[in-house]
Formats: sequence, C-alpha cells, structure tokens
Amino acid sequence: MNEEEIKQALLLLLKNIAPDTEPERLKSDDNIRQTLAIDSFDYLQFIIGMDEKFSIQTPEEDYGKISTLKELLTYIGARVKK
Amino acid sequence: MIEFRMPSLGADMESGFLREWRVKPGDRVNRGDIVAEVETQKGLIEVEVFDEGIVGELLIKVDDKVPVGTLMTYILTADETRAGGIEPFREMVAEKKEAKITERKSIKEKIELAAVHHIRASPLAKKLATEKGIDLSKVKGSGPGGAVTREDVEKAVVEKSAPEALPEKSITENIRMAVAAAMSKSNREIPHYYLQTKVDMRRALTWLEELNKQRSVKDRLLPVVLLIKAVAKALKDVPDLNAWWNNGLQLKKDIHIGFVVSLRTGGIIVPAIHDAGKKSVDELMKTLSDIIPRARALKLRSSELADSTITITNIGDGAVETVFGVIYPPQVALIGFGGITEQPWAEKGMLDVRPVLTVSLAADHRATDGNTGKLFLTAVNNYLKQPDQL
Repeated sequence: MNEEEIKQALLLLLKNIAPDTEPERLKSDDNIRQTLAIDSFDYLQFIIGMDEKFSIQTPEEDYGKISTLKELLTYIGARVKK
Repeated sequence: MIEFRMPSLGADMESGFLREWRVKPGDRVNRGDIVAEVETQKGLIEVEVFDEGIVGELLIKVDDKVPVGTLMTYILTADETRAGGIEPFREMVAEKKEAKITERKSIKEKIELAAVHHIRASPLAKKLATEKGIDLSKVKGSGPGGAVTREDVEKAVVEKSAPEALPEKSITENIRMAVAAAMSKSNREIPHYYLQTKVDMRRALTWLEELNKQRSVKDRLLPVVLLIKAVAKALKDVPDLNAWWNNGLQLKKDIHIGFVVSLRTGGIIVPAIHDAGKKSVDELMKTLSDIIPRARALKLRSSELADSTITITNIGDGAVETVFGVIYPPQVALIGFGGITEQPWAEKGMLDVRPVLTVSLAADHRATDGNTGKLFLTAVNNYLKQPDQL
C-alpha cells in the first residue's frame, strides 16, 4: 500500500462514519475531529475501522498522535506491511 | 382486547404517516415485536407492541396520515382467542368501525349540504363530487363566474387519490421544528432550577485507561458509559428525578435514560437507553454502539423515542465546561456533562492539577426541590470517584 492508497482508504473510512461531511477537502494539517465535527463515539468507530483495514492495533495512548491526515499517514505508513 | 393506537413519540408529535404494516390480521405478536413503520418528523420509526396476542383487523391504510391516539388495530389476548376464535371479534371491530363511520358521515353530510347550496357548480360537477366524495367548497372553479366545472372536480379527484406526503420540508427542518416545539413547551411550562458539581475524574480515567489497555479496540469503553452508569446508580438512590410530570409527579420504576445525539446536519435526536440501571458498563457501551448510528440514520424504534424517563446530554470535547440544560417534557430532569479539562484542584490542604468534569442538573421545581437535586448530584459525584464499583 502506498501513501496515496492509504490516504484514499482513510478518506473512505471517514466518509462512512460521517456521510454528510466532505473528508476529501481535508488539508493535511487540519485537525480531523474538529474539522469534520467527529465526536468521541465516531472517532472510536474510525479507529476500529482503521485497525481492521490496515491490520494494525492502535492503543488508546496513541490517539493523541493521530489527529491530522499527515500524522495518520506517517503513523499507518510505519505500521502497515509494505 | 387491547387497543393499539398511534403512539406519541415525544411531546412535540401530532401525527405520523403509516408507511408499512409489518403484521397481518391473525398474526401472533409478542411484547416488543414491531407491528408498523411510521414516518414522523424524526424519521422512519419502527412501532412496537407492548402486549401479546393476535392481531385484529388493520384499521389504517398504508400512507395515511394518522393523528396521535388514533386506533390502528386491536390485539386479541390469548383468552379471547380461545373463547370464540377471531371471527366474532372481527365482527365486533367491524361494527364499532361502522358505527363510527356512520356517525361521522351524517355530521359531514349535514355540513356539506349546508355548504353546497352556496357553491356555483355545474350539475355534472355536483353529481361527480357527491360520487367521489369531493368537498366542492374546497375546489377552485374555473368556469364562468368561478363556477366549478366537471374538469375541476376530476382534477380534485386525482389530487385526492395521490398519497399525502410529509410537507415539502427537509428532514433537517422537520427535526428543527420538533426540537423547537418541545423546547418551547419546556420553557413555557417548566420552572427549572439548576445545580452543578465538579468531579475529580483522575481515578475514573486512570481506571478506564488500564481497562482499555487490556482490550482490543472493539471492546474499549468511552468515558461517557461511566457517566451514564453513575447517573443510573444515583437515580436508584434518588428516584424522584426519574419521573414524568403529568398534572402531578409520576415516579417511573424503570430507568430509561434518553441520550442526546446531535446530528451533524443540525438538530438533535434523543433515543432511550432502556433499563440503564440494570446494564453493566459493557452493556451500556454495546447499547450506545447500537442506538447512536441508528439515531443518526433516523432509524429508531417507537419505544426508544417515547420511553425516556430522564435525559443526559454530553457536550463532550471542546472548551465548554457547563451545560445549562432545558428539560425534555414530560420528564422532570436533565443531566448535563461538560468537557473534561485539566484544572487546579485543592484537596486536604494541597493543590494539584486534575482532570475535572462539571456535572449539571436542570430539574423541574414543580416536581422536586433543590435538596433532591443536591442529593442526586452528590451521589453521581461519589460514584464517579469509585469507578471499580460501577
């Protein structure tokens, strides 16, 4: 999976969780939760979806490290099998 | 014989459109079965039955607009079925219905007769209108001097047969109007009083963190389930807030907590967490995972919209500390949770920094007094300090 594929997969996950938003318009440094108005419940659903999609395990203490698209791409890129 | 009527799915609901019958006459139903789908301002709602028995004749047609309280069908109990089968029961229902219709008809005819004399219409138009049950006074005439012609009546017949749809408003507007109606009623009728308490959440959050570390992401709990559990436990200690006000205080035995879900497109919807007092934190989390997505998709059951005995609103993240809530009538209390923020905290003569949660209570002063509220918030505060006991 290259970075672009990861990004597209993430945007799709966000779109599924918040169908009435436009994740594709997120800038790479935007705080995702604030920009898309995602509450803690939806955020948990997002992490569940993300862990499933990329076969990773995201511990709770890492939630703070992945608040933007840029951070997410770095985080997942380092964990996903190339 | 139990009458099954259009339920009121909130203080603001006047009527709904029947969109589907999920049962047919003669079907056996049990408590909690879904008998119909009704479209309301709050989306397509699955309407449940609260008795068991055999379904009688379906008295309402699909796509009809049905005012709250309208008889929709009968449920025959097991004893009644044994006594004489469903046939005599059917006749009885038919008779009752017939009597009502005749009564309504005769009044209607009188009114129509009185009106028809003053309406200019061609004889053919009048004849057709009588045959098709069209009210001539409501038909706009296109003939000479505004007289109603046969074509006008024919047009009216076509319009009448088209299924009536919800007014051409978006669901977002409808929800806005439903919230507006309920909140106006609340502000008009309920003398609110407000109390608040600050809770040191360090122990609760540490406990939750440790628990979540051992769990896969799917089984992790959110802090809000601890808050819901603490409220449910405190309500057992102070039951006066778990009630409805309907010309007097009606205490409720079961604790059904309405949980405010805000819709991203605007508006809120408040599904009930049924029997919150009997659910563990894990079960509460499971319930939330079920009702929140369904609330957002506007696919709830009737009991989930009608049963709540108290409401929780969790304003959550962001910089807001305190909620000054508006009670959802006929309930008598609403609990508001602000965001958890780090604050200086004095304890035993020492100053420290703690994650602090502000819990507020808006309560109906007709139903309870400040002392009740104080006991309740103190109980919530104490429970949240002992998370392992929740």
